[in-house]
Parts: sequence; C-alpha cells; structure tokens
Amino acid sequence: MKPLQFSAPTSLDEALSLLSGAGDGAGVLSGGTDLIIQYREGHRALGQMVDIKKIPELNVLEFDPASGLRLGAAVSCAVLGEFAPARRHFPGLVESAELIGSTQIQSRATVGGNLCNGSPAADSVCSLMVLNAVCIVAGSGGKREIPAVEFMTGPGRTALQAGELLLEIRVPPPPPNSSDAYLRFIPRNEMDIAVAGAAVALTLEDDKRTVKTASTAICAVAPTPLMVPEAGAALTGAQMDDAALDAAARASEAAANPISDMRGTVEFRIHLAGVLTRRAAVIAKNRAAAN
Amino acid sequence: MAAFTHPNHGKYKVIGTRPIRHDGEDKVTGRARYGADVHQPGMLHGAVLRSPHAHGRILSVDTSRAEALPGVRAVATAKDLPELPDKVMASGEGIENQRYMSTRILAGEKVLFKGHPIATVAADDPWIAQDAAALIEVKYEVLEPVLDVLKAMEDGAPRLHDKITATLMGKKEQVDSNVCLHTRFQAGDPEAGFAEADLVIEREFRTKTVHQGYIEPHHATALALSDGQITIWTSTQGAFAVREQVATVLKKELSKIKVIPMEIGGGFGGKIPVYLEPLAVLLSEKSGKPVKMTMSRADIFQATGPASASASRVKFGFKKDGTIIAATFWAAYEAGAYPNIYGMMGAMCVLAPYKIPNGQVDVYDVMTNTPKVAAYRAPSSPQALFGVESVMDEASKALGIDPIELRLMNAAEEGEQRIDGLKWPRIGMIETLEAARDSAHYKSPAPSGPNQARGLAIGFWVNAGMQSSATVGINMDGTANVVTGSVDIGGSRASMAIMAAETLGLKAEEVRPSVGDTDSIGHTDITAGSRTTYATGHAVYLASLDAIEQMKPRVAKLWDCDPAEVVFEEGAFRSTKNGQEPMTVRQLGPKLPATGGPVQGQGSLMATAQGSGFGLHIADVEVDPDTGKTTILRYTAVQDVGTAIHPAYVEGQIIGGATQGIGWALNEEYVHGDKGELLNTGFLDYRMPTTLDVPVIETILVEVPNPGHPYGVRGVGETPIVPPLGTMGNAIAGAIGVRIRELPLSPPRVQAAIAAKENAAGKTEAARETTAKPVPAQS
Repeated sequence: MKPLQFSAPTSLDEALSLLSGAGDGAGVLSGGTDLIIQYREGHRALGQMVDIKKIPELNVLEFDPASGLRLGAAVSCAVLGEFAPARRHFPGLVESAELIGSTQIQSRATVGGNLCNGSPAADSVCSLMVLNAVCIVAGSGGKREIPAVEFMTGPGRTALQAGELLLEIRVPPPPPNSSDAYLRFIPRNEMDIAVAGAAVALTLEDDKRTVKTASTAICAVAPTPLMVPEAGAALTGAQMDDAALDAAARASEAAANPISDMRGTVEFRIHLAGVLTRRAAVIAKNRAAAN
Repeated sequence: MAAFTHPNHGKYKVIGTRPIRHDGEDKVTGRARYGADVHQPGMLHGAVLRSPHAHGRILSVDTSRAEALPGVRAVATAKDLPELPDKVMASGEGIENQRYMSTRILAGEKVLFKGHPIATVAADDPWIAQDAAALIEVKYEVLEPVLDVLKAMEDGAPRLHDKITATLMGKKEQVDSNVCLHTRFQAGDPEAGFAEADLVIEREFRTKTVHQGYIEPHHATALALSDGQITIWTSTQGAFAVREQVATVLKKELSKIKVIPMEIGGGFGGKIPVYLEPLAVLLSEKSGKPVKMTMSRADIFQATGPASASASRVKFGFKKDGTIIAATFWAAYEAGAYPNIYGMMGAMCVLAPYKIPNGQVDVYDVMTNTPKVAAYRAPSSPQALFGVESVMDEASKALGIDPIELRLMNAAEEGEQRIDGLKWPRIGMIETLEAARDSAHYKSPAPSGPNQARGLAIGFWVNAGMQSSATVGINMDGTANVVTGSVDIGGSRASMAIMAAETLGLKAEEVRPSVGDTDSIGHTDITAGSRTTYATGHAVYLASLDAIEQMKPRVAKLWDCDPAEVVFEEGAFRSTKNGQEPMTVRQLGPKLPATGGPVQGQGSLMATAQGSGFGLHIADVEVDPDTGKTTILRYTAVQDVGTAIHPAYVEGQIIGGATQGIGWALNEEYVHGDKGELLNTGFLDYRMPTTLDVPVIETILVEVPNPGHPYGVRGVGETPIVPPLGTMGNAIAGAIGVRIRELPLSPPRVQAAIAAKENAAGKTEAARETTAKPVPAQS
C-alpha cells in the first residue's frame, strides 16, 4: 500500500483541476463508504484522494415545486432523509437512500456516491431512474447532463469521463397524484446488499385508482440497474388488479438477467424481481392515492 | 405441577443478585484494553504471506526480495521452527499433534488450505510488512483440493497427508486416509430394537461450515529479549494455553514465557489455538524488537478454526406409546486440514438427552482442505442434535404426542447410563422440559396464521472441568482482592466476586476481582467448556475458605480463646462458647497486622464434577412464502443452569448462544469456489444475525444444583447454541409444510422448497383449475 495525496478543495475549480489528468489514480471521496474499503482492501490503487465535501455547490439540497429536487453529490443519505420535501414527494428515493448500510453508514454515504460507485445492486439508483432524474456533471470542458438511466454502463463503470465530477442530481417535480416506492430483498434486515431490488414511480388518474403512468426499474439482477418499460406499461391504465400486477411481475422477471453468486441464484433473483416489482407497485399506488 | 425450586433458594445473600460488573465502566467507555491497544516502544509490525491455493506442494520459497526491502527487519519461514515429534498434546477442548501444530503455524512441505501461512515478515510499519510479504516468491505444485466430508472419505479422494496415525474404534493405526478418527459407541442390540419398533424414522442431514464470528480480530504482540525472556500480549481464551502452545512449538521452557491476556472481544472456542503468537515471537527473536501482528477479517474467516460441516444419518425407532426403543447415528464431521476430535464430541452428545436401550453411534472425523476446525460453543453438539431433534419432531407428529411430552417420557435422568459409558449424576433435563411445558410461551396458542408455526428442540452439552487456581487476599480494611487465571469473556469477574463475597460475608462491591497473567497466578486452563464459573469459581471458594481458616487463629488471638472455638457462620466469625460478639471480615481486616500479618487464601483444583447442561428452546415463526425469509415472532430459551450466580450474565450467555444458533440455522455458511477458495470472507456475505434479525429472547432459568460444586454451579455458556438449529428447522417445517434437512435455512433454500412443493401440488391441481372460473380481480 503506497502513500497517497489527500486534498479537500473548497471550490469546484480547484477540485476539477486536481482531477484533470489524474485519471483512474484519483479517487473522489464523498462519504468514502465504498472508496476507502476498495482502497484498503487493495481493489483500487489510488495516487490521490479528493474530498468533495467542502465544495459548496456539491452540498445543495433544495426543492422547488416548479423545478423539483436538487440533491448535491456530497449530501449524505441521512441529511436527505431528514429533508421533509424529499420525504413527501419522493418517499421511494428516501427509503432507498435509508437502506444503504446502517444508520452510521448513512451519515456518511451519499446518493451521488451510490451512483458513481457503479454497483449493479445500488439501492438509490433504481429510484433515481424511475423518477427521471438527471445527473449534472462537470469536467474541464464544462458542464453536461446525463440522464440517471444512462449513468451506469456496467459493473463498476459509469458514463463519467476521466476528470469529470458529479455535481448534483435533479429530480423533476412529481405531477399530482404521484408517488414512488423501492423494495429490496436481503436475507437479513440490515447491513446487507440487495439480492434483488425494484423501484416503481407512478401517477394516478384523478379517480386515485387508475394508473395514469408508471415506470419501474430493477437492480442486482443485471450488469446495471435496469428500466423495465414493459412492467410500467402493464400497470398503466390498470387499477392494481392481480392481472396487472402479475403482468408487471412477469415483465420484470423477463427483463432480469442475473448471475448466480453467493448472494443468490439466477432462479431466485428472477423470482424476486417479480415479487418485489409487484409489492413495490402496490406500495407506490397506496402512497399516491393517499397524497 | 409446581416448578422445581433450588434447595438453597433464599439462603444466599449475594449469589443470585445482579451487581454492576466490576469491569463494566471500563468496557462501556472504551477504556478497556484489547489486543489492538498494545503498543510498545520501538514496536515493529508483522505481516503473513498466506497460501493462495487450497491444496499444494511447496516447491520453493525465496524471501530475498522481501529481505532487501528497506524497513524490513526480519523474515521467518517454516525453516525457523524446530523439528517436533509426532506426539499429541492436549490443547484446551481439542488435541493437537505437535508436528502438525508446527506445520499449521507455518507450512513447510505442503499448503493444506487457502490462507495457510507460509512466511512472516516484521517491518517498520504494517504497509512495508505487507509489501514485503508480497515480494516473497513461492513456487507451488497445485493439487486438487477436497472440501466435502463425504467426498474426502472416498477411496480416490485427494489425500491431505501421506500417512497418518488414525484412531479407529480405539485402535491406533497407520493409514493412508483422510479419516483420522472413527468413534463408535454401542448399547444393547439396535437391530433387535428396530425390529420391535412400531415407528422407525431414518433421515439424512447436512450442515455447513460456520465460524465463531467473534467481533475482535486476532492480535499478538511479542517481545523476546536476548536473555531468552519472552513476553506476549494477546487476546485469548487462555493465557496458560498460549504459553504452553508457544513453548511447545518453539521448544521453550514454560518459565521463560509470560503471557499477558488482554481483554477479549469474543472467542466462543476460536481463541484457544495459537496462530500469530509464535510468529510474533520468532520475528521478535530475529529483530530484537517487539513485534505486533494482527489479522484482517478475511484472514480470520479463511485461516482460523471454523466449526465442522457435517453429514449425518439419524435413525430412531419408537413404540406406539412414544418410548424410544432404538437409535443409531452415523456422521462425518469436517476436521479441517489436520487430525481433530470434534466429531467424537458430537458422538458423545448425540444420544445423551434420551434413554436409549439399544443404540449405536459411528462418527468419523474427516480431514478436508479447510482450516483446522476449532471449538465453537458446545463443539459438534449442534450438528448432531439438529438431526435428532428433527426426527423427534417428525415422530411427535406421527405418533400424535405433544413434542415436550414425547421428550419427557424419554428424558435422561440421574443413574441412567449414557451410550458413551458415563453414568448420569444429578441432571436437570426433566425439570427443564417441565419448565418449558409450563411456560407462558408454550401455554400461549401457537401462531396459526398462514405460513406460521411453532417449533421446539432441546440441546445438550457435556461441559468441562479442568484446572483452575485463585487467590483471595484480605485487605487491611477487610475488603478482598480475588485473582484468577481465567480470562473474563462473559462476566466472570463479577461471578468470582459474588462467590468470594458469599463465602467471606462481604458485599460483591467489597471484592475486587482481577484476571492475572501467567506470572501472577497458578496454572489455570482455558475459559471454555462452560467451566469458568464452575471450576474457577470452585477455586475461588477454596481460596476464600483458606483465607477464613487462616483468619480463625487471628480471631482467637483477639478473643484470647482456643482457635478451635472459632467458627465462621452466616458471614461472621463466631465463638462456640458464646460471650463474644460476632466479628466480620471487615472488622478483622484492620487487626490483621497486629495479629500476625497478611492473609492470602489459595485455591487450586482439578475439577471433574462439572454438571452437564440441558436446554429447550421454543420459537414462533412466520415465513414469507414469496421470498423464503423467516421472521421469528417469539423466542424462549429454557435451561438448567445449576445455580445462577449472577443471573444477568447467565441470561446473557443464553441469549448470546441462542442468537449464534439462530444465525447457524438461518443464514451462516462458508461458500467455496471451484478451487476450494472461501468466497465470503467478510461479515457482508457471511451473514451473522444483526440486532434486527432476532427478537427479544425470553429466558427461563431452571436451577437444579450441581452436587459437584459448593454453590451448585453448572456450566451455562455452551448449551444454548445447540437447540436453535432444531428449533428453527422444526418451526419452519411447520410453517411451510415441507421439511428441509440441510442448513442453513436461508431464503433461497426455503423459497426453492416452497416452489418445489407447489409445483408438485400444482400438477394435480392443474386439471381441476381448467374448469374453474377466473376469480374477479380486486382493486
């Protein structure tokens, strides 16, 4: 293990100049709940570590009814969980952030870090995807937007270019009668990683029974979290009857493309993708109806 | 029926109370010093090069590049260890052949498990040491590993050792085999018994390798001076056992080594064998500096003693009325990479809880390419009784007899002979079953919702006696200091203080208990075998009596009477001739200097009258049929504890044991890759229960005193890990309607069993459904 250069810049420009040209040898430290372990266990060789928590732009946490949620990349899951507008409008996103690790871990871990770590099992990413979130990133060439659904490109890989930094995540404001939910399966009740996960965001008609639009995503069952448009379509226009839920579950099962590993077999994960989609859809619908 | 009452109930003043533990504040404020807290001036840091292969021959080891790295102060390999004889030494609850002990600590010719140490390095900091270890070049001839116990028994299986001395049904033989021990016990005529039976159930079971999972990693710091004096700081279950093992493997005299036991963050049997201590001594001898070694969690999982995986076949024959007429047990237990005896311990336990007129037990200890198995809380009893209690549950349903009644009518009791030959002394199996039957939990209706059920099972452990020493010093204000050689894992300081206080007529708070190092107290065996409160407690009692005997002439001097007229009763010295006010130890303390000087009581014994422990656990569970996940709704643990010296720590032992057993039953297992490598080397994927996974565990303490201890103490700590395997298996079988005979009962396995059952049922129902109308959808 070699010594590394640690810096904690207080401005975005300073951070970007540290990162430019450093390539893979630079680790962006937010909560560090993945990065520090990868470094210490020798899975990631780092020449420098850039702590982004002191950069004001990355600590933004705002909700505007017209423009939606702005979630800075350095905002911890615990802080997000205490932000009332997020709890009200995006309960699924908040519950996914509050499932990561333990209470102590959530005080450090960030949704931005969950995205950038690129894990196929990242809990909060499914929620961001079904909410049509957009990631704002900056690099030496300026800022650009990456839709959350395009952010992850493979296990441990993201759409971030060398030298680029995730600044914030923007979640559009929800239409009336909307809500979301996230469920994952773990063998225990905490301190675990999803064997499979499913997020559902939906909007009800004014009757508060019929689904106007729905989108679903699943995780830990493919190289990246996956949108399942067929599952959303199965729910759309229906009233959460068994036939619609079954169809949504079948769609998630069909979309799932998992591997067998010590956390679960292919068969078990495919089965869970359906079970969780079905259950998350019912929760999202009940939440939307209660709005 | 009225509950059993301890014959001395209400007579004790201190025993049975719950004082705050003497070491409590130290621990809850983080001030207690563990192995990791040891720092010595000029200290170096060690690292270990471990085998990447589960099985292989070492062709060459080249340490030259590591030695050349700046900051490296010493490198050691198996060549630095003395040649040791092919001789077995007792080692705590296990045994170890000296020659194998040496090659376990540093591999010479062969590596036998992934993580097997090959070389060790000391350097100025831990990072240099790790880098240097990585520079050591080892050439291997990689060999095919064998991990499964049944495969390892096959004729063509890869052999771990060329020739071994195996003990086969009592005879020592030189064999070319992975079977190092075959234990057989017999009673009556099993064949004839089964022929007489009205119901015979024969089933096969499998359990996986599990780890003790102590939270504190292994650490060792050693300082070897040039004059041969050695000091070792370590967290261990036995300072004397560390001293003996290090002395053996490095060929030293015991008096040259001082072992200072630090506080210990859990052991459960796994901190009895030495791993790092001899390496730290070797490196310190070579470098002349203190050397600290520490293990990562991955090192712990892949290179320290887990508990055996097992394969077993249980056959029980019953009469219609529920009487067991015959029983047999066949099992293979994983020994790990070296000869071991844990299967034999399973053989001792498996049929012990019941009266078995005709029986046979055949158990094989089988070597596999996994770390040498170590003790784990009632070693090998959980695997054995998982099968037996599953069969008892099936029998209770088949015979239509309440499961507790079935166990009661067959319960072992005083005077009966166990199949391994021991005649039962006073035991509390029946009282435990009765207390369970009469408990609020068992009397409450069993959960009756979909996928819910109640299950129960018993557990048993033999418990250990062994050697203990204690001193009781009377202070000049009449308070007392107790020193023992038993490391305090589960609140034993408080228990020692209570027993000394009860004997001396003091308050628990007036006694200061401490754990001595190997220089400060007589030989004391390990804190293991549920023996500490029993055996070391007995030593404390003897030391307290000795102090009282020494104080009687002092009192006589003060009273100007014959010492024979002074007795110690009800907490004070009293005169048999009357006329004197009773004198307490507190009153006498200040007068000791003037009556002859200090008083220090000594107590040492080889304890052999340990009482065995029985427990019964009851669980109400609900299984999610879609995910296979089990939720425990209610859990009660009932156990015969002899006498609860400090009931809070007795309850703590039972709760802790039950929790570990629940983890074993539900999720814990070693998962190996194709090449024999352990895949789940951390707590993320080796799933022990978290606080959210177990409910409040209710405890019921049954006190049937052990006649072999002055205060009736029986070992408590190990028995409670045994019942949860059968309890969870039986409860889940009831909840899902299908019995799974392989652990762990993890969600994928349970869900697959439910799906298989539904598929089988679906084939018959499909025909009916074709004509049924679709059910209208509900919104």
